Amino acid sequence: MKALSVSGLHKTYTGGVQALNGIDLSVDEGDFFALLGPNGAGKSTAIGIITSLVNKSAGSIRVFDHDLDTDPTAVKACIGLVPQEFNFNTFEPTREIVLNQAGYYGIPRREASVRAELLLRELDLWDKRREVARNLSGGMKRRLMIARALVHRPRLLILDEPTAGVDIEIRRSMWRFLREINREGTTIILTTHYLEEAESLCRNIAIIDHGQIIEDTSMKSLLAKLQVEHFILDLHQPIDVLPDLPGYRAHWVDELSMEVEVDKAQGINELFAMLTSRGIEVTSLRNKSNRLEELFMHLVEQGATRSTESAA
Amino acid sequence: MSPREILTAFQTIVVKEVLRFLRIWMQTILPPAITTCLYFIIFGNLIGPRIGDMDGFDYMDFIVPGLIMMAVITNAYSNVVSSFFGSKFQRHIEEMIISPVPNSVIILGFVAGGVVRGLLVGLVVTLVAMLFSDLSLYNAWVTVSVVFLTSVLFSLGGLINGVYARSFDDISIVPTFILTPLTYLGGVFYSINLLSDFWQGLSKLNPILYMVNTFRYGFLGVSDISLGTAYTIIVIFIAILFLVALRLLRRGVGVRT
Ligand SMILES: Nc1ncnc2c1ncn2[C@@H]1O[C@H](COP(=O)(O)OP(=O)(O)OP(=O)(O)O)[C@@H](O)[C@H]1O
Ligand SMILES: [Mg+2]
Repeated sequence: MKALSVSGLHKTYTGGVQALNGIDLSVDEGDFFALLGPNGAGKSTAIGIITSLVNKSAGSIRVFDHDLDTDPTAVKACIGLVPQEFNFNTFEPTREIVLNQAGYYGIPRREASVRAELLLRELDLWDKRREVARNLSGGMKRRLMIARALVHRPRLLILDEPTAGVDIEIRRSMWRFLREINREGTTIILTTHYLEEAESLCRNIAIIDHGQIIEDTSMKSLLAKLQVEHFILDLHQPIDVLPDLPGYRAHWVDELSMEVEVDKAQGINELFAMLTSRGIEVTSLRNKSNRLEELFMHLVEQGATRSTESAA
Repeated sequence: MSPREILTAFQTIVVKEVLRFLRIWMQTILPPAITTCLYFIIFGNLIGPRIGDMDGFDYMDFIVPGLIMMAVITNAYSNVVSSFFGSKFQRHIEEMIISPVPNSVIILGFVAGGVVRGLLVGLVVTLVAMLFSDLSLYNAWVTVSVVFLTSVLFSLGGLINGVYARSFDDISIVPTFILTPLTYLGGVFYSINLLSDFWQGLSKLNPILYMVNTFRYGFLGVSDISLGTAYTIIVIFIAILFLVALRLLRRGVGVRT
């Protein structure tokens, strides 16, 4: 069964901003799905429409075969949302916030207390249960929103940048937690600007830009598209100008390091031979940042060219 | 949602609303007690004796029901308008919007919060009043039913105001420019029998007059208007405001983009 299927989704905000220009998406039950895209691409707008926070202009949404237009109650009962912006009552205590959310889904207080304790302990917030939300740190607030989103045991969990501003250790533990609930059967859709996060968690991925899906595929086949690798070379002696390296594209980083693009088919032996012959001594070699990031930039740039072409 | 789930959701909203105003009791419960204390001292004790009788009662005894009603109206209204606007402003209204709780239950939950605040403040003011005059009930049923219905009506009004409000200014416009004048002109401090025919006629267009008078009837057994008319007017207003509120929430006015 499809956990989510979106078709022909359009959104024009009052004021005229076209946030979505006909989006089609489909997410299988049990999937861990990444929705990526640059700032302002329309990710939060799409999520807002799916979760009833934003009115759509056109299109249709089905969640576990319930139609949002004809059976919104059933759709809402299936979904848990971790929004991008904090949206709890900052004067309410942490545990109250989770319990109230359970209440809105009709879960009796006693049952809700059991679930809230479990979630708050798992997300390391139990010590803060009596603290008002205002006094939590940024990372704690994010985790509070995760606990709140899960208290009614949704079949589909949607997280809009859940790890923004979260430290590395907590981020890793959040990843473990999300993998665990995904393994237990919860379908997860996640947006993030940390591409290594998407790479490490998600099986399928869609990239959205200017309100359009520009890529919708499995993480594996996306990574397979990576043709070029970027290496950073640290140099023993400072250089003033880039050496001439025919066949390779090199960029100056600073006087003690340079970046080289290497085609997958090319290999790096020849590169080192040339460097040696020019008397350049390399002290270390590392892979530049995230490969997925490169691809992402590439796709978004392509998309931008396409849309300027079609506009012209 | 099943009826039991709906009841759970309703209880959740009510408890949340009540806790909200209790947490800030210095802003919500104390001020009306102090204000009415001042009214009682100034109008009841200092000026009242010089005024003499009003509709055959001590001036103090005459104004007590009106002052209680005034506190109930203001507090029921302002509780819901500030709570609803606050939940839009801080965006936690989204917690309810994404959940399956029906719009009518959201409305009833907020309204119940306003009713509890209105009645609680009404009770506090009544206790204060007992220090200044010998209150006795003429008809408890009338007193209780009319104060309850009135707080429902103004809670709904506050909700609708909260839906439309875009800034903190917007939540004080209606109370300042409509509610307070109508209350003062609604026979809290005088019997409309003192007025000329024209002004009496005009006063009878003011719905608050009917509530204040019915409530006063519950205490004193006198009223400038007929009780039947009063109840009819109040119930019609409640029905209209409820339907308006429901329509606004359905369309997502003020909460959905
Ligand atoms: N309430 C609103 N009213 C008008 N325009 C809006 C509103 N919300 C978003 N937009 C516009 O819609 C477009 C898409 O915004 P959206 O928030 O969906 O992007 P996003 O992909 O979530 O970006 P980010 O990564 O920065 O969160 C943007 O141009 C934005 O300015
Ligand atoms: Mg966003």
